[in-house]
Amino acid sequence: MEMRYRAENRLLTISLAGELDHHAAKGLMDSIDRCMEQNLPARTLLDLGGVTFMDSSGIAVVMRAKRRMDALSGSLAVVNIPKQASRVLETAGLDRYVDMLV
Amino acid sequence: MRQKSTNYITFECLSRSANEAFARGAVACFAAQLDPTLEELGDIKTAVSEAVTNAIVHAYPDTLGRIVVKAQILEGGVLEITVRDWGRGIQDVEKAREPLFTTGGEERSGMGFTIMESFMDKLTVRSQPGKGTKVTMRRRVQPRGRGR
Ligand SMILES: Nc1ncnc2c1ncn2[C@@H]1O[C@H](COP(=O)(O)OP(=O)(O)O)[C@@H](O)[C@H]1O
Ligand SMILES: [Mg+2]
Repeated sequence: MEMRYRAENRLLTISLAGELDHHAAKGLMDSIDRCMEQNLPARTLLDLGGVTFMDSSGIAVVMRAKRRMDALSGSLAVVNIPKQASRVLETAGLDRYVDMLV
Repeated sequence: MRQKSTNYITFECLSRSANEAFARGAVACFAAQLDPTLEELGDIKTAVSEAVTNAIVHAYPDTLGRIVVKAQILEGGVLEITVRDWGRGIQDVEKAREPLFTTGGEERSGMGFTIMESFMDKLTVRSQPGKGTKVTMRRRVQPRGRGR
């Protein structure tokens, strides 16, 4: 799992690539937390465009990112969601809590 | 219902999280002989990942233990996967299968069984506290060719 980010004008874009499973999620949650703490964004875009596989561990990652943005009184959107990942997120009904943009 | 197996693989691994990718990859390679679509293969990989991750995270929370995965092809193009552990087991299986139920805290979503259930045709969970858990999943892979 690879994570890259870009921050400008309090807009933080976090781009993920590779397989997002429980093995990857542990470190990823910490990296996202740290990235948000450093940049204090008003809005974060979580770009899943490069994610080749995701299981329910990814749901926990998205929910955690959402809670962090709520705590910063900011907003979160998940963008560029590949088909396999979107099936997982939809099954979990996550679109009720988090903005998902195709 | 017992059905004849026409082919199978079985492997054992230690409950290390690095083996999650190996397990879903191995089952996907085996399932490839049924000529699944990319979407079917994605569903199968996801379900295997959920079951194996549960054995790693919940069955052996603070030890390393054995996990045995078996994938077999039954007559009629049905893929059957079993994931077995000898870990702590589940007190109340019905409750554990409910969406959002988790004993794993903030790091888990409680959606593992729900995903296995909706991505596969059939999910059976047998468990005994202190003895272990056996998860069995079935998915029919549609034959390709004419009309598809
Ligand atoms: N192999 C297992 N051994 C022991 N407990 C398990 C096992 N699989 C699942 N469980 C229990 O069932 C609950 C629900 O599992 P699941 O739906 O995959 O959600 P999650 O893994 O996110 O907690 C787990 O939190 C755990 O308490
Ligand atoms: Mg799980």
